[in-house]
Amino acid sequence: MTPTTPTVALAPPAPRFVDLLAAEWIKLRSLRSTYWALGTGALAVIAFNANAARVDASDFPRFDPRMRANMQWLALRDAFSDGSAMILILAVASIGAITVVGEYSTGLIRTTFTAVPDRRALMAAKVTLVTAVMTVYGALVAGASFALTQAILDTRDRGLPLSHPGALRVVVASALLAPVCALAGMALGALIRHSATTMVATTAVLLLIPTFITDRYRWTAAVKHAQPVNAWTRLTDIAFGHDPFTLVPRHPATVTGAWITFAAWAAVSAVVAVVAVDRRDV
Amino acid sequence: MIEVNELTKRYGDTTAVRQLTFQVRPGHVTGFLGPNGAGKTTTLRMLLGLIAPTGGTATVDGRPFRDRPRGLRHVGALLDAGDVHGGRSARAHLSALARSNRIPYSRVDEVLAEVGLSGAAARRRVGGFSLGMRQRLGIATALLGDPPVLMFDEPLNGLDPEGVLWVRGLFRRLAAEGRTVFVSSHLMSEMENTADQLIVIGRGELIAAESVTEFAARGTRLTVTVRTPDADRLTAVLSAEGAAVAPYDDRTLKVTALSAARIGELAFHHRILLEELTPQAASLEAAFMELTADSAEFLAGDSR
Repeated sequence: MTPTTPTVALAPPAPRFVDLLAAEWIKLRSLRSTYWALGTGALAVIAFNANAARVDASDFPRFDPRMRANMQWLALRDAFSDGSAMILILAVASIGAITVVGEYSTGLIRTTFTAVPDRRALMAAKVTLVTAVMTVYGALVAGASFALTQAILDTRDRGLPLSHPGALRVVVASALLAPVCALAGMALGALIRHSATTMVATTAVLLLIPTFITDRYRWTAAVKHAQPVNAWTRLTDIAFGHDPFTLVPRHPATVTGAWITFAAWAAVSAVVAVVAVDRRDV
Repeated sequence: MIEVNELTKRYGDTTAVRQLTFQVRPGHVTGFLGPNGAGKTTTLRMLLGLIAPTGGTATVDGRPFRDRPRGLRHVGALLDAGDVHGGRSARAHLSALARSNRIPYSRVDEVLAEVGLSGAAARRRVGGFSLGMRQRLGIATALLGDPPVLMFDEPLNGLDPEGVLWVRGLFRRLAAEGRTVFVSSHLMSEMENTADQLIVIGRGELIAAESVTEFAARGTRLTVTVRTPDADRLTAVLSAEGAAVAPYDDRTLKVTALSAARIGELAFHHRILLEELTPQAASLEAAFMELTADSAEFLAGDSR
């Protein structure tokens, strides 16, 4: 009998993806800036929505009968206003970008890649965690906005339940805007790797450029509808095609197309974020 | 065991590292020396898979580091003490790293205690740390996975004398435990009390790979400082033995080409009182300067 050497005890444990997720979770929650950014973002979004509802509630006695008849469209618009969507996009895209750029600008990325040379797995974990956190965050912000705005409109007896046709779509589309734009921010951060430039780029790509694209021609309309902010506008416009005061454009966006836009941006951004860091020197 | 073979890194027209070949063996502290811009950091980053070589290979224990899914149990590295996020506490920073490599959290407290950052310091945000404290955190990071191979890039920067002493002791202990310890520096004086093997590079090329003793022997002009009340007579005696004697002041002589032992012997023989007999400790530094003078990237007062 020869004594066996305890090689099993010396071998490092098998790598697990869940450990990378847990590590990214520790990183995210150990930064004070995370709480500030998420907290102020949520407060601003909810406050803007509540204010829209408050204005409509206070103006309600002066509405003429035709406007009162269409009050449900207004209530659904107040549930998540355009301004709030812009704030949400800016906030989550910045936070998403910072999860990547923050590592590059501080130099932490070298420590991180020395601990986890498998960069794709690391970035996949980062992408997964940010998607999960932002989906929960978006759901909380959109849900709270809906509850609060409808409670305010209820003072005029015009608040809507979530079961009202279109209400759930407003909440879900607004909630999902958070992970979609956070992923876009991560992708741009992984490509640019520089804080200030990334912030300018996310604002330009997600907010500025979409407003410049016309839907007058078929192809520009297709490009316009493929932008997340425009997809969100289409999804939350429950009155689309029903509102007698708004012209339906020549090349209208579809609800299905808008959902596909969300999914495509999320998927492409996730792939870009994972692949972009893989072969570049740090 | 670190093996670098024909390693080359080019950035456009600039060649940072040129066909570098060397090995770093376990059980020793190996110094990695070269003037600023010699390519030390570039080499270490290639070893860690952070940057891709233009040519050649760099392996740790027979494998390119990037092939490892997790790194901390294979190589511990301190590249730059600034490679942390200033917004996190030392403990949060280490906890995230430990978790990613399935290292128990108890190990975080162990290494924090080892580097002297336990207690309140561990809970403070790293942004408020001094350079010395960051170096300690960096060393804690390197020790986290209890790795067989350790690499440190200029680890003594910013450390106080007590810290320097501690780091030297730590490196020797790690090497005595059979680990490979590879420490870069641009100061020979930092290495002579720490390393027993040397890899010297200049302008990205290998200049020397040998033991410190062998390297010191390259110092062609060994100087001995001698103080005596009888300088004239001693000068005559030493000159007769073939030594070059230069008076420093009226009681002090700088003697080259004769060992301190032989000078003492001659003085004793001729009944000359010696007040001081000091072999110049800077000989290693001199050897280093001599060797790298041609390859220093940035020379003060350079007239090019």
